[in-house]
Amino acid sequence: MELKLKIWRQSNREEKGSIINYEVKNIEPDMSFLEMLDILNQGLIENGEEPVAFDHDCREGICGMCSLVINGAPHGPDKSTTTCQLHMRKFKSGDTIYIEPFRGTAFPVIKDLVVDRSAFDRIQQSGGYVSVSTSGNTVDANATPIPKPDADKAFSAAACIGCGACVAACKNSSAMLFVGAKVSQYSHLPQGQVEAKERVINMVKQMDKEGFGSCTNTGACEAHCPKGISLDNILNLNREYLKAKVIK
Amino acid sequence: MDNPGQMLSIKELADMLNVSQKTIRRHINSGKIKSVKLGGIHRISREEVSALLEVEEIIDEDLIKNSTEHVFPFPSKVPVGELKNKWSKHKGTINLVSPANKRNIDIIVVGTGLAGASASATLAELGYNVKAFCFQDSPRRAHSIAAQGGINASKNYQGDGDSDYRLFYDTIKGGDYRSREANVYRLAEVSANIIDQCVAQGVPFARDYGGLLDNRSFGGVLVSRTFYAKGQTGQQLLLGAYSALNRQINRGKVEMFSRHEMMDLVLVDGKARGIISRNLVSGKIERHGAHAVVIASGGYGNVFYLSTNAMGSNVTASWKIHKKGAFFANPCFTQIHPTCIPVSGDHQSKLTLMSESLRNDGRIWVPKKRDDAEKIRKKQLKPTEIPEDNRDYYLERRYPAFGNLVPRDVASRAAKERCDAGYGVNKTGQAVYLDFAAAIERYGQERAISTGQDKNNRELVKKLGKEIIKAKYGNLFQMYEKIVDENPYETPMQIFPAVHYTMGGVWVDYNLMTSIPGCFAIGEANFSDHGANRLGASALMQGLADGYFVLPYTIGDYLSNDIKTGPIKTDTSEFKEAESNVRAFIEKIMSNNSGKSVDYYHRKLGKIMWEKCGMSRNAKGLESAIKEIQELREEFYSDVFVPGQADNYNEELAKAGRVADFLELGELFAIDALERKESCGGHFREEYQTPEGEALRNDKEYTFVSCWEHMGKNKSPKLNKEELKFESVELKSRSYK
Repeated sequence: MELKLKIWRQSNREEKGSIINYEVKNIEPDMSFLEMLDILNQGLIENGEEPVAFDHDCREGICGMCSLVINGAPHGPDKSTTTCQLHMRKFKSGDTIYIEPFRGTAFPVIKDLVVDRSAFDRIQQSGGYVSVSTSGNTVDANATPIPKPDADKAFSAAACIGCGACVAACKNSSAMLFVGAKVSQYSHLPQGQVEAKERVINMVKQMDKEGFGSCTNTGACEAHCPKGISLDNILNLNREYLKAKVIK
Repeated sequence: MDNPGQMLSIKELADMLNVSQKTIRRHINSGKIKSVKLGGIHRISREEVSALLEVEEIIDEDLIKNSTEHVFPFPSKVPVGELKNKWSKHKGTINLVSPANKRNIDIIVVGTGLAGASASATLAELGYNVKAFCFQDSPRRAHSIAAQGGINASKNYQGDGDSDYRLFYDTIKGGDYRSREANVYRLAEVSANIIDQCVAQGVPFARDYGGLLDNRSFGGVLVSRTFYAKGQTGQQLLLGAYSALNRQINRGKVEMFSRHEMMDLVLVDGKARGIISRNLVSGKIERHGAHAVVIASGGYGNVFYLSTNAMGSNVTASWKIHKKGAFFANPCFTQIHPTCIPVSGDHQSKLTLMSESLRNDGRIWVPKKRDDAEKIRKKQLKPTEIPEDNRDYYLERRYPAFGNLVPRDVASRAAKERCDAGYGVNKTGQAVYLDFAAAIERYGQERAISTGQDKNNRELVKKLGKEIIKAKYGNLFQMYEKIVDENPYETPMQIFPAVHYTMGGVWVDYNLMTSIPGCFAIGEANFSDHGANRLGASALMQGLADGYFVLPYTIGDYLSNDIKTGPIKTDTSEFKEAESNVRAFIEKIMSNNSGKSVDYYHRKLGKIMWEKCGMSRNAKGLESAIKEIQELREEFYSDVFVPGQADNYNEELAKAGRVADFLELGELFAIDALERKESCGGHFREEYQTPEGEALRNDKEYTFVSCWEHMGKNKSPKLNKEELKFESVELKSRSYK
């Protein structure tokens, strides 16, 4: 396969960036999208140029480090797929592919396609935990049975990989799906009940402080989420938030 | 207390101080402890006990006598006494740091996977000031997250006869008797607590319809002790540890340094007192002082270039401390995981694991006839077209007792044996089948019967069976389909072994301290618990055991001497020198204006390692590997081209530093493999095998840990041996037949 690439290049946070054109040849359909970028970068290095910077690590769709807006879609055209699991068989020879960073006020560009998603960490730090001591001196794991449907719902919410595609997909750069997933995970479990109020209030407060926008229910986040995190989590977040604000 | 006037008997005092009764009697006889005789029995008053606790340590001379018998330069500090009492006794007798003093002590933790994140959280909770470092953009990205199948714990919830001892025994046996008994027992002992802890943190483990925790079984064992969260157990456990870490960051007790790489360890008066790090965004070289440094940076599987590790996983932190004096133990003990997606071409950048849990339900086979295999490779025949009689379920054939659930090393070698003999599938001939058709049929029938539907309706049974398989392994099947473009519900998966985990690592004593005072290593980075082969679902267990329940206590034994030290200053000559060495390295590696990329050398190294230090090794290959790696290293330093600047985000520069360390580790790996003239666990030497092709261990000469000491640049490393003593188990040849 031969492809034309239009890639966002930006040398650092302060400087202005722009789209630069590249061409790659000898791309095989079995390659992953990031392996295609590896080939581009090897070529650039051999020519004495700087490679295109992009975030990636596990390359098996679970660490949440890879990103990229590919032809306008966060993580590219495949449903429920991270960029690292996207394969070139989804493209045709001769295609032009636009590759841009995840954009959002709260996700400033570090370099080229690499963005700073530490705002997500700070939201988690504001309340995304159960305040249990790590001494191990707690009750037996089977002391509190949890109905399977609740455990399954908690699990589905906990499957979020924190990649930020929801923010990149949203016109308002809202982080409601991300925050909703964490709040929901705990709201479905007995262990999460004790601090439920403080948690949701603190996490929403931090989310607003970071500069994420509001939710207008377009559903773009769910459509682009590589892990299929459901919009129900936003519903649940709103309910938990109201509950915390109204019930004293 | 059942005696009058709150007096203690000799036994009670001995238990309280965790010393022998003999020791107490000796101190009474010498007058060191004052006692009164009531009815001919020695009694010690409470006041006397309080005075004793304040004034001086009661020294257990028996203990000292026993622990100095080692010829090894660094004692393993394994406590004496019965195996099952060692840990509780040790915890009760080691020195502690008081809560008020913990506030004055700083600890650096490098790596934020299961071990690093859990250790950082617990140390901070205990009151220490923690600085945690990771190279990823967030601590949640550490590669523990990719662990799939589960975590072992001896809860015996299934009532199938599990116990601490059985978990211990399975781990020792699975490790082919090359791990330290006391460490492994401790691991088994704290395992149950990990599950309690994680559930309390809100980790959503799989549950049954009664709301209780579910278990599955894993390779090399005969009980169901593996707890899981679909195929994402590592992710859920890591997010649990990450949440505990976040809580401490929020409290201000942990300072988090993401996108930072540890570049070197700083020693002051022979003790670990800090690190030099590089900010991967700004390129800034930074100095960080601390009273202790904990390495939790994972394993070194990426020395093979292609592995199931993350792209950034590296040996740098472990290697830097090795070069500063920490022994590196058993580097050749590497696990090749049997169920990974086969290599598809030269462009491949990493390999993807399919969880071992799949072997619970999948049956592994290759065609019985070489012709059929040939036709499959040429795509003239489909696997589903091969009749049952013409399939060779070789694991079930060779190992009837364990079948498809033999340990990883055994399963990997068996796959290689079949492929080498010409029965491999895939266009490369380097793959075997993992088939779920039988499991789909079995589960479908069960469900049809339990729901009162027609069990003879084949379509229905298949549909029901697929639903159950999907609930169990859905995400793994989806991942497989994305990568290979084949539907594993309809056609068998193709799998092949790949480098996965490294049992070898930094040598540590029972306290998890390396041979550098004040420098500790936990999780996959150390060598201690898995011997020559790790059982499935034990890596998560070890990472969390070390981080939550072991290190936070044992580190106090060392730090109790540091309560008066005060903050570690970083403007000293030691820090200055370490920093300038780091700067010199960066300058040197960036000095070429053209040349080959870092990846070029990494791939070349990986090829040497896979071909000559991979699933089977021999002396000739290893000798040539050593030479080739040395040459490649020279070529790397003279020709590598790192574009960009050092004072900026520069991924190539970060990679260059990591590959430079792999190029040194690879050589030590081969030296170690050459020196160990036996086959055990993941280390298979072709010269040492039984006539049936099974690994042939040499207990008489090799029941030791190879502890390599760095002797300086261009000097051969020195081999120190820690003899392994087995007091509770008998060394047997490992049979899974």
